[in-house]
Amino acid sequence: MSSETKQILTTDGIPLEVSLKKAEKKNKIKAFLLVAPLLLFLVITYIFPIGDMFMRSVDDKMITNMLPKTFKAMEKWENLEELPPEEVYRSFYEDYKLLAENQQHGKLGQRLNKEKNGFNTITKKLFRQIKRKKIDESVSIKEQINKLHKRWRNVEYWLAIKRTAPPYTVAKYLKGMDMYFDSDGSITQVEEDRRIHRILWLRTLEIAFFVTLFSFFMGYPIAHLLATLPMKYSNLLMICVLLPFWTSLLVRTASWMILLQQQGLVNDFFVMIGLVGDDNRPEMMYNKVGTYVAMTQILLPFMVLPLYSVMKTISPSLMRAGKSLGGTPFVAFWKVYFPLTIPGIGAGCLLVFILAIGYYITPALVGGASGTLISNQIAFHMKTTLDWSFASAMGLMLLTGVLVIYWIYNKLVGVDNIKLG
Amino acid sequence: MSKNPEFVKFDKVDKSYDGKVLVVKDLQLDIAEGEFITMLGPSGSGKTTCLMMLAGFETPTHGEILLDGNIISNIPPHKRGIGMVFQNYALFPHMTVYENLAFPLRVRKVEKDEIDKKVDKALSMVSLNGFETRMPAQLSGGQQQRVAVARALVFDPAVVLMDEPLGALDKNLRESMQYEIKHIHESIGVTVVYVTHDQSEALTMSNRIAVFNDGKVQQLSNPAELYEKPVNSFVAEFIGENNTFNGEIVDIDKDKCKVKLANSEILANPISVKSKGEKTTVSLRPERALINPTDKMDNMFTGKIEEVIYHGDHTRVRLNLLGSSEFILKVPNSTSNLELNVSQDINIGWNSVDARALDPK
Repeated sequence: MSSETKQILTTDGIPLEVSLKKAEKKNKIKAFLLVAPLLLFLVITYIFPIGDMFMRSVDDKMITNMLPKTFKAMEKWENLEELPPEEVYRSFYEDYKLLAENQQHGKLGQRLNKEKNGFNTITKKLFRQIKRKKIDESVSIKEQINKLHKRWRNVEYWLAIKRTAPPYTVAKYLKGMDMYFDSDGSITQVEEDRRIHRILWLRTLEIAFFVTLFSFFMGYPIAHLLATLPMKYSNLLMICVLLPFWTSLLVRTASWMILLQQQGLVNDFFVMIGLVGDDNRPEMMYNKVGTYVAMTQILLPFMVLPLYSVMKTISPSLMRAGKSLGGTPFVAFWKVYFPLTIPGIGAGCLLVFILAIGYYITPALVGGASGTLISNQIAFHMKTTLDWSFASAMGLMLLTGVLVIYWIYNKLVGVDNIKLG
Repeated sequence: MSKNPEFVKFDKVDKSYDGKVLVVKDLQLDIAEGEFITMLGPSGSGKTTCLMMLAGFETPTHGEILLDGNIISNIPPHKRGIGMVFQNYALFPHMTVYENLAFPLRVRKVEKDEIDKKVDKALSMVSLNGFETRMPAQLSGGQQQRVAVARALVFDPAVVLMDEPLGALDKNLRESMQYEIKHIHESIGVTVVYVTHDQSEALTMSNRIAVFNDGKVQQLSNPAELYEKPVNSFVAEFIGENNTFNGEIVDIDKDKCKVKLANSEILANPISVKSKGEKTTVSLRPERALINPTDKMDNMFTGKIEEVIYHGDHTRVRLNLLGSSEFILKVPNSTSNLELNVSQDINIGWNSVDARALDPK
């Protein structure tokens, strides 16, 4: 507040602002209490799980907790081109001995082996020595360990241990982009024939993009008809749009399977009208075609409804005005009607794209190998490999992707322009 | 420059939406070039349908519409070159005022400089210079209305149609806009077809008024004639205020007839009655009946005041007269005001020439 404006007092001499705050306090509390359950619900079901997912995806504490002394000693290891000093060896030995006593050494070996191949062998060797009490703690442990295997004399293995020191890692995220930390700590791409995730990401974007495009081209005329037809026809059409919406997703996908399979109805029809030979039925399922067809049909209402709600608000006299002022029907449509539907187009496209990018059941059932999306890969890691931290990392990457798309959309069109109804 | 008296011609036009009911019946209407003609009527009387047929948004079920001698029934709206002001203005909400006005010029491929000039001229006509970059939503109702008028005129159409353009404005603004539109019409001489259900608007603005009812033109004449000499009881009822008496003709000659009411007889001017025994409705304007008439009038009666309502410039007096308690008098509030009290008996008189015996209601 500027100092020039005089403070306004109420008749009792209380400053107006204070009085206003007091008067509104009760309402504010009431309003907060009304939204509190929702807030709590959101925190429990959304913010907390996402936070947990994030922690899981970057968590690398296991090894940090296993080798506490080693990592502490490694802080003093300065010349990284040479083997670490005796102190590091001794600390590692002590940590490992403790693990061996607790039967935890196997986990460490596996974890380190992931970091650098060959660790499993040499840690097992160390374990046997410890078990037989062949290590003499009174002399240099460095020399004794180095004697066990030549890999222990390779500085790269020690560097690999050092790399695992931070309790958090982005390795899972790199893996999601087909990259990994090389032994020297630099980010490297995996070999070309093993870059499956990148293919999946690109395919997900591609399918989501085309599904959005198809839904738009099919949904726009439908929404226009819905908004302009007389009530009795538009109600019927609306039911036609919504009916599939009320049907279970699984049922709809299954019915597409019946239609699209090689011995399915569509193929039968093609054979019947002589479009294709009976022995040469095209594959329309278990590939991208199936995913496109089924997903477009399933996501179509999400395009039609926002478009419809926007078109409903456009006065028919605007098109008439466009025509009476000399615009051909096309010009009137393109210059007057179409720009006014952009909020609906934005909402519909955003909705369909975001839903499509995370779609799971339909591609899993009709997609086959070439029609599956990143969400199927996430499910695979959740259910089959049980690599939850990797699944979390990919889930978060997907979420970030959606947020980025939303941000770009906001920059281009403006979120204020979205109209859902 | 001779004006074409049949610049716009509705020739035996019928219009039906459902094949059962005629919304417009056998419409025969000629509109002269440069004329301001108003289609006036209650809602559902077919006036807007006529306008839509002229604009090209509806096709006549039967008959032809001619513009400057050419049949236009098969010409699509965008080729008719008719400007239109819509009821809700229909300004393009995503375009600025300038873009709205430039739209009809751009689709006609007019040069940029020429567009600027014409837009500027049109805006000055409605005194909205300096509003070019505003969006319609940033304008008041009256300003939006002016933009709509300017947009309908900017491409110099031969005919401008206005579909109840002032319906959404408040009373004072509406009145000032009426004069403004009238003056614009006078200064540029464009033919205007105006649709309204507001009779005072029609009387204020028009050269001629076509009163619509039930799909038909009931009367087509200038405002004064329409008010003074309605040809049937619908027009008499619809335009202005009106006292009516229902009765039966008992005597008739060339310019006078005697009408028998329930329990008295009055003299009237026979307009649409021809013979004895016909039923009739006699219409009399409230301001044509005088209190305590000094000169000789051929209808003189005594009535009892039922109600006195003060209206500022005049006082409305409701009387019980000749068996009806709905007789209205308008007494101007001049300095020599009379004392008017409820239950007072007063003498009323009017000339039979002002009491028009029309078709029975």
